[in-house]
Amino acid sequence: MTSASIKTLTSPILDNNPITLQILGICSALAVTTRLATALTMCIALMVVLTLSNTSISVIRNHVPRSIRLIVQITIIASLVIVVDQVLKAYAYAMSKELSVFVGLIVTNCIVLGRAETFAMNNDVRSSFLDGLGNGLGYSLILILVGTVRELFGSGTLLGVEIFPIVSAGGWFQPIGLMLLPPSAFFIIGLLIWALRSWKTEQIEEPDYRAEPAR
Amino acid sequence: MAQLSLFIEAVFVDNLALSFFLGMCTFLAVSKRVETAFGLGVAMVVVQVVTVPVNNLIHRYLLREGAWAWAGWPEIDLSFLGLISYIGVIAAMVQILEMTLDRYFPVLYRALGIFLPLVTVNCAILGGSLFMVERNYDLGESVIFGAGSGFGWLLAITALAAIREKLKYSDIPDGLQGLGITFITVGLMSLSFMAFTGVQIG
Amino acid sequence: MPERPSGNWLQRLREMPNDRPAKIFIVALTVSLVCALVVSTTAVLLKPLQLANRERERQEHILAIVERLPGVRELFATVGARQVDAHVVELSTGNYVRALDPADYDQRAAAKDPQLSIEIPAKHDIAGIKRRARYAPVYLVKRDDEIKLIILPVHGSGYVSTLYGFLALAGDANTVVALTLYEHAETPGMGAQVDSEKWRSQWYGKKVYDDKRRVRLGVALRPVDPASPDFNYLVDGITGATRTGEGVSNLLRFWLGEYGFGPYLAKIQS
Repeated sequence: MTSASIKTLTSPILDNNPITLQILGICSALAVTTRLATALTMCIALMVVLTLSNTSISVIRNHVPRSIRLIVQITIIASLVIVVDQVLKAYAYAMSKELSVFVGLIVTNCIVLGRAETFAMNNDVRSSFLDGLGNGLGYSLILILVGTVRELFGSGTLLGVEIFPIVSAGGWFQPIGLMLLPPSAFFIIGLLIWALRSWKTEQIEEPDYRAEPAR
Repeated sequence: MAQLSLFIEAVFVDNLALSFFLGMCTFLAVSKRVETAFGLGVAMVVVQVVTVPVNNLIHRYLLREGAWAWAGWPEIDLSFLGLISYIGVIAAMVQILEMTLDRYFPVLYRALGIFLPLVTVNCAILGGSLFMVERNYDLGESVIFGAGSGFGWLLAITALAAIREKLKYSDIPDGLQGLGITFITVGLMSLSFMAFTGVQIG
Repeated sequence: MPERPSGNWLQRLREMPNDRPAKIFIVALTVSLVCALVVSTTAVLLKPLQLANRERERQEHILAIVERLPGVRELFATVGARQVDAHVVELSTGNYVRALDPADYDQRAAAKDPQLSIEIPAKHDIAGIKRRARYAPVYLVKRDDEIKLIILPVHGSGYVSTLYGFLALAGDANTVVALTLYEHAETPGMGAQVDSEKWRSQWYGKKVYDDKRRVRLGVALRPVDPASPDFNYLVDGITGATRTGEGVSNLLRFWLGEYGFGPYLAKIQS
């Protein structure tokens, strides 16, 4: 793979992460991360849709008239999401009920539409595929991290396997109830962003207003 | 007063932004100033009030299982076309709204117009329709739910913008500047909205 | 030499500028058709799997409801079967009502709803319940498609309270497997003895109907001689709780008669 391809693939993982920098795809990152298994299913679903949509839109990018650009993209994305949703309902019914409307919401997931509009419409098929894959991986990284923290400290399990025996089952671990509540996802991602930006300082935003030092 | 209860629940208990985290991308991106946040919120309410009932009609009379019974085909189940129909309706409604505003209410168009494309792909709008389907609302309930959920989102984003405007003057660690502190703020707001769970009117 | 024409129609299409109405139309149409094809094919191919999943979930839900009825788990062990089919039956005809879902149907609430219930004429209201829902859930426990148990919800007036329970019949719709009265407020030590293991165990093997298809099942008013034919149909009364015993007999005779599950059981037997 050329170095440009490698860059396309890897930059969305840390340097240009869809969630922590581009502010895309956040809705699902918060709601489905109470358990690692649901988070993983969501990651896979999004990666499939993202790579396929980027690829297919890139294939027809030169022939899509400007006036119907947005709706064509949405149509393709929506069709892919329906297919993924149907497959889930057929082969992982219990999981699909847990994910409920959030699989459907991949249609409006900003990452998919955002990458389609900004990348796939202007780049060749191979790069678009890699870009889709890379953004999917970046998204998955955050989701897996948040899901791990939330499930581990909220229920003492990981993927359903008991790691910290909880007090009500005779163990020593008092689960942190907040982890099972939605706000915890916000806090965890906020802290993740802090950690990431302390490492990659180029991502730090400029404040709008700096107070004058006291004289 | 089931309608009032439904409205209040849609605004506070089931707040689309703070309880279900829908529409987060625009929520976080457009909440730096109160005027812009309010403008986006109003656009959301308008679109939601229009699209949820329309999607309800489509679901009821075209897509769900048994919808075609009046034509003699009760076994037809087109619910798998739901997603694409709803998003199509939303895109179309927003387009029509934009054109109507442009033609008949130019002042309003100048204020709201730029937000409308953002609203089309906002998860909260699609989410509202999907919740309506899942909870099987009738037409009246759809209108109330649309208004309530839109209003709840408006409330949330305006509140966040107000807080962020104040936060401008705070000394925030570099790594948390901007997006980081916003996440933590929204987390705290969401926690406070949880106080509404279990509230039942009437 | 004249120029070659620019290739077949596909190439001409590809070279057409994007803002021509014809191109817009063709692209829109093609995208719609391809997407529609992919989506519909997937939906149609996967539908059987999805229906099976939904059915399995419903089964589990029904099973959870039925298993909560006291004593049912032991019954499952007795007949060695666990597959439960639930239906809602129209009591007057004995027909299944497909439109109603037994998982959601609340018979007690229906009995109060004027549209979903009927008032029982006084002379037929043996169980003293005044109103009766038009429809009732029934649960069939099967093994390999053979009906092993028919579980019928029953209720009626006791001495001081309404008795709620279920009657479990064997697949022949005539032999009793169990009668469980899980809700009542009869006098402790007296009428409440309907809960005692000793009294309840008597019901196993009793018959509902005689050869003339009259309902004979019930509680005896005086001790029954094991040699007499009545023994097939009656269990011992409870000393000092005659009225409760009468209440049980009445509710059984009501629910097994023409105003109860009679028509339904007749259908099963045929």
